[in-house]
Amino acid sequence: MAKLTIEDLKRIKEEVRSATILREGGFRAKINIHMGTCGIAAGARKLMSVVLKEIEEKKINDVMVTTSGCAGLCSREPMATVEILGNPPVKYCDLNEERMKEIFVQHVLNGVIVEAYALARGSETTY
Amino acid sequence: MKTYRTHLMVCAGTGCVSCGSLNLKDRLESELKDRGLSDEVKVVITGCNGFCAEGPIMVVYPEGIFYKKLSPEDIPFLVEEHFLKGRPVEKFLYTGSAIKEKVPLLKDIPFFQYQVLRALRNRGLIDAENIDEYIARDGYAALSKVLSSMTPEEVIQEVKISGLRGRGGAGFPTGLKWEEGRRYDSFPKYIICNGDEGDPGAFMDRSVLEADPHSILEGMTIGGYALDAHQGHIYVRAEYPLAIHRLNLAIEQARNYGLLGKDILGSGFDFDISIYPGAGAFVCGESTALMYSLEGKRGMPRIKPPRSTEAGLWGQPTVLNNVETFANVPAILLNGGEWFASLGTGGSKGTKVFALTGTVSNVGLIEVPMGTTLRTIVYDIGGGIPEKREFKAVQIGGPSGACLPVSLLDIEVDFDSLDKAGAMMGSGGLVVMNDSTCMVDTARFFTDFSVDESCGKCVPCRVGMKVMLNILNRIVEGKGEMEDIERLKRLGHHIKETSHCGLGKTAPNPVLSTIRYFRNEYETHIIEKRCPALVCADLIQFRVDSEKCKMCGLCKKACPMEAITWEKKTPAVINLEKCIRCRSCIQACKFGAIE
Repeated sequence: MAKLTIEDLKRIKEEVRSATILREGGFRAKINIHMGTCGIAAGARKLMSVVLKEIEEKKINDVMVTTSGCAGLCSREPMATVEILGNPPVKYCDLNEERMKEIFVQHVLNGVIVEAYALARGSETTY
Repeated sequence: MKTYRTHLMVCAGTGCVSCGSLNLKDRLESELKDRGLSDEVKVVITGCNGFCAEGPIMVVYPEGIFYKKLSPEDIPFLVEEHFLKGRPVEKFLYTGSAIKEKVPLLKDIPFFQYQVLRALRNRGLIDAENIDEYIARDGYAALSKVLSSMTPEEVIQEVKISGLRGRGGAGFPTGLKWEEGRRYDSFPKYIICNGDEGDPGAFMDRSVLEADPHSILEGMTIGGYALDAHQGHIYVRAEYPLAIHRLNLAIEQARNYGLLGKDILGSGFDFDISIYPGAGAFVCGESTALMYSLEGKRGMPRIKPPRSTEAGLWGQPTVLNNVETFANVPAILLNGGEWFASLGTGGSKGTKVFALTGTVSNVGLIEVPMGTTLRTIVYDIGGGIPEKREFKAVQIGGPSGACLPVSLLDIEVDFDSLDKAGAMMGSGGLVVMNDSTCMVDTARFFTDFSVDESCGKCVPCRVGMKVMLNILNRIVEGKGEMEDIERLKRLGHHIKETSHCGLGKTAPNPVLSTIRYFRNEYETHIIEKRCPALVCADLIQFRVDSEKCKMCGLCKKACPMEAITWEKKTPAVINLEKCIRCRSCIQACKFGAIE
């Protein structure tokens, strides 16, 4: 292996840090994908893949992705809740991959709530 | 590096590994694969998390959820509930001893709340076997700063400003030692890391080496640059196979990256490190004995001066520091000496790592600012004394240290205040003792240890400690006389004054401190021929107090010799002819009915 220069060291740091920063807290936003049996059956896993792909491609390191169980509104799955920390969480319903991507760009990155898919403000309690 | 939504940090310090944490990892990985979660959830093996009492431990990020005492059988349920359906599993969460509620998040658990992590800054947060994860947490950033923008003198100056004192026990100022080492113009020079941790109940160095080996390599390399040394040695106990394994891996990875070897980071500075497993002699933790041992000679201390900084390993200028000292160095150089000095007390800056053991609820590895009180350590972090027992003493500093009583619980732990109390910081072993501990027997235990481990070079330690042990044995056998206390004190002071090395100079401390703080226990042993804690078997009558006896029969079940006769509704009776004084009945009795 080639010997590192100081620049190489900085490059490794940036690369690995973006993948490990989720251990350190300090998040700006939280995306909660509902993964009850109903959510999974309706395609929640695809939403998860979209979100993780966006985060990886855009090298985002201040967004936390988490899951929760059934919220009780199985007919409107798949659902996701987006919370820009400090603001009330917004619950989205009847999602698919395109809509999830749109929400990620509009709401998570730009801070504009996508009202077309929004169900309500608020969320069930998660840790 | 691939992005995962969740990282599972499975503790793989020696404590958790011995409870089976590596099986957890295998089971987690296969279960995640079966559930199709391998691309979303990553399992990471970390060094010691610190909360050893609750092992095996797993922390889930990004939420920071703390799971305790997991077993492989729990994994399928846990994976389905938490990682598939997003419902954290309550039964594996931590329950406080004071508050009966579940505490889901690591940051809310009192054990962690009072700690400040500097030497242990990466604990539980990185894969100890992956150099990239160390680099991601600013690893080797201090080295690159030092090599690209600082002179050796500036490095030493920064360490002096930090006020860092040696964490091995004696507390010599590190900056001063480095300056001494630099002053001598004799080459080659050496830098040594002392990982020969031998105090009973101490596991600070092992945990640092296992959790964050690169911090030691980086600290030593910076030290090498400051001294103009090009070779470092790590002397580590052979009884620490996991630490040695991870150090070897770390050295290999650092060499591959050119962070050890020739022309480090293109600076022109060469430095390399080798590992030397020690053969298990306690005395080899003493710096000059350690150097003889490294040379292949018998490990025995020698007379100073000359100090090692002038003539150490192979007669060349050598700087030796403890593991924890080196672990602090990168953080000091990266953040500045003043940052480090901002925590702590007048003469003791920064933090100290302690191995908290004994009869305390939360056994584990902790790091607290210098000046934290013993009460905070024992009660807030340690969770107090379990089984409704009373606190009796805390033994600090191992065989060189002292037993401090309840009246000193509010002492601020730093080098100077401990010294004043007749104790010693030592390397950081902290053994909590409850009221079932006999202080005379404790002093005897540590004296016995020192007698065993004395290298035999100087008379006061070799003969004096043996005489002290004989006197103590006499006392616990009920043959003591009142003059023995003064004899012990006089002899102890002579040994302290005339011993050759630091170990002999401190070996009488356990006896002297117990006489100072628990003199009444010695007197009870000598005058009343009684051991109040019911530990010293020769001073126990092994008689059942029929008034206290609740006739439960537990003592009969516990007795291996069938020496106890008991029937329902009659008090037990011990047949002294069959009794072998094993104390099983005393431990079994819940009512203190056996005297």
